[in-house]
Amino acid sequence: MLSNLNSAVLTEKLVSAALPIAGLLMFLLVWNMSAQRIETSLGQFPGPAEVWEQGGNLVDEHRVQREKAAAFYERQAKRNAEKLAKNPGYVPKQRRFTGKPTFFDQIGTSLVTVMLGFLLAALIAVPIGIMIGLSQSLYSAMNPLIQLLKPVSPLAWLPLVTMVVSAVYVSDDPTVPKSFLNSMITVMLCCIWPTIINTAVGVSGVSQDHVNVSRVLRLGPLTHVYKVVLPSALPMIFTGLRLSLGIAWMVLIAAEMLAQNPGLGKFVWDEFQNGSSNSLGRIMVAVIVIGLIGFLLDRGMLLLQRYLSWDKSATLR
Amino acid sequence: MDQPHLIIDHVSMAFDTPKGSFQALDDVHLKINKGEFISLIGHSGCGKSTVLNIVAGLLQASTGGVVLNGKEVREPGPERAVVFQNHSLFPWLTTYQNVELGVKQVFRGRKSRAEMREWIEHNLAMVHMEHAMDKRPDEISGGMKQRVGIARALAMQPEVLLMDEPFGALDALTRAHLQDSLMEIHAQLGNTVIMITHDVDEAVLLSDRIVMMTNGPSATIGEVLNVDIERPRDRIALSDDPAYNGYRHDVLEFLYEKQRKVEDLGDRRRAAASTPPSTPSPARVA
Ligand SMILES: Nc1ncnc2c1ncn2[C@@H]1O[C@H](COP(=O)(O)OP(=O)(O)OP(=O)(O)O)[C@@H](O)[C@H]1O
Ligand SMILES: [Mg+2]
Repeated sequence: MLSNLNSAVLTEKLVSAALPIAGLLMFLLVWNMSAQRIETSLGQFPGPAEVWEQGGNLVDEHRVQREKAAAFYERQAKRNAEKLAKNPGYVPKQRRFTGKPTFFDQIGTSLVTVMLGFLLAALIAVPIGIMIGLSQSLYSAMNPLIQLLKPVSPLAWLPLVTMVVSAVYVSDDPTVPKSFLNSMITVMLCCIWPTIINTAVGVSGVSQDHVNVSRVLRLGPLTHVYKVVLPSALPMIFTGLRLSLGIAWMVLIAAEMLAQNPGLGKFVWDEFQNGSSNSLGRIMVAVIVIGLIGFLLDRGMLLLQRYLSWDKSATLR
Repeated sequence: MDQPHLIIDHVSMAFDTPKGSFQALDDVHLKINKGEFISLIGHSGCGKSTVLNIVAGLLQASTGGVVLNGKEVREPGPERAVVFQNHSLFPWLTTYQNVELGVKQVFRGRKSRAEMREWIEHNLAMVHMEHAMDKRPDEISGGMKQRVGIARALAMQPEVLLMDEPFGALDALTRAHLQDSLMEIHAQLGNTVIMITHDVDEAVLLSDRIVMMTNGPSATIGEVLNVDIERPRDRIALSDDPAYNGYRHDVLEFLYEKQRKVEDLGDRRRAAASTPPSTPSPARVA
């Protein structure tokens, strides 16, 4: 009986582990078969094997660039040392290696941009959400604006952001490139709304009983927010943050593509313009990496929520 | 004492509803002495919670007001601590932290950290909950939560303790247990207590006076019964006591004879639509 039960449980576990793998295999099969039937102007649509190969190429290219960079810095250091030996008053010049950014450099740029844009959005959205959640009149005042701005596409914001950044951010030696600011601000503008709305909903949903307790204890406004409102609204805030991060990542790729800002979006666009027989394969690699990173970002938020949430048993999805 | 401790002074309450104004309370007037234990009893929906919330300051009376020690009550405050019907503990705080939140508010600057800790532990011990200080509300039973709610209120050292059906959701055994603890604590601390209850035995066992409310709308105080039984009271000894049973009888008579719960209009209309008028259904305290 017991062994029966155990084997049943075991089978169930095996099945639940096997199903995703089966789904993935099915997908690869369908992909492979349909890829063979699609002729594009750049040759046959890449199947899994070609994409795998291109992935390897991208890694190799990255390695080569890194070696070049290392060699460059070595030469520079040597040259500076020689000049310094001849002439003690010489001030060594440090030039940066200006090779073409590799696929992995672009991933790095995109990640930094999305994180900063999202962080900025969260820092603005959560306090605003709390305020309009607490005050009905503030909510009534802000709601039409939010509803109006929420559906605006990043492509509409981008020209405005670009012009404003060029006008406002004038500096001879910009420590932060303008293109980076453009992407980041566009991301921020597009992903701020779900967090504002969900935070406001979570905050206004604090149970009346808890508000009454807080009133009887005469908690100050800050203590009230910190001890009562935030813990109770936390799940909704995180729902908003996860939606925002998802939007941020999607918007970023589009913005980079359109504005030629460095990042994964630009990589895709460059490959598209490049139009070699390898391009489609390389774009497919980018597509898969973009999906994977989006997934990992969401998981990361989930872990953060689990870490911050008081209710560890709450089902998190 | 020249002035009474707590006066509920000709309080009327009208709620604004979508269908117009609803007169819930009409001229509720009661003077309460320091240290008195008052029970509010009456049929469901008559306005007991409304009275309590007005005393707490969570609601503002439409006319009339509440005066505590000669000062009008305008807002809630820890000197009028409330034990809510459904405990209302914060689920994200431990038992200890729930009590601590109130203690910090009341004793900030007056007690040191160590003194506060001691005071919180003392109050939890008073309701026999010192063993569950680091548990969250969802890790303890309903009776335990209610006890923590009482400890939270007591730890604020309130002058008036307001309790809205504190033991309503508990089984008879736990309820008896908590009633005994409450009597002990009341004897020890001498707070003024106003407690809403639906339980006639509970009212007679615990109270100095039982305030019986008429049915709403426009509910008011119907009768006030003085319970002259020596303290400490023992539930088992009292069950044979003719005085005790006399008081019980008085309350029951008020509720079931003089203030028979009339069915609400909706019920009556529905009944009229389906069946010819019949004898009124037996009333019950719900
Ligand atoms: N905020 C409100 N708005 C409108 N009507 C209200 C409001 N609060 C209470 N009432 C009405 O006032 C009356 C008294 O309500 P209250 O909650 O005080 O009754 P209660 O005696 O405590 O009942 P119960 O024993 O069931 O808790 C009820 O008819 C109720 O519908
Ligand atoms: Mg009530």
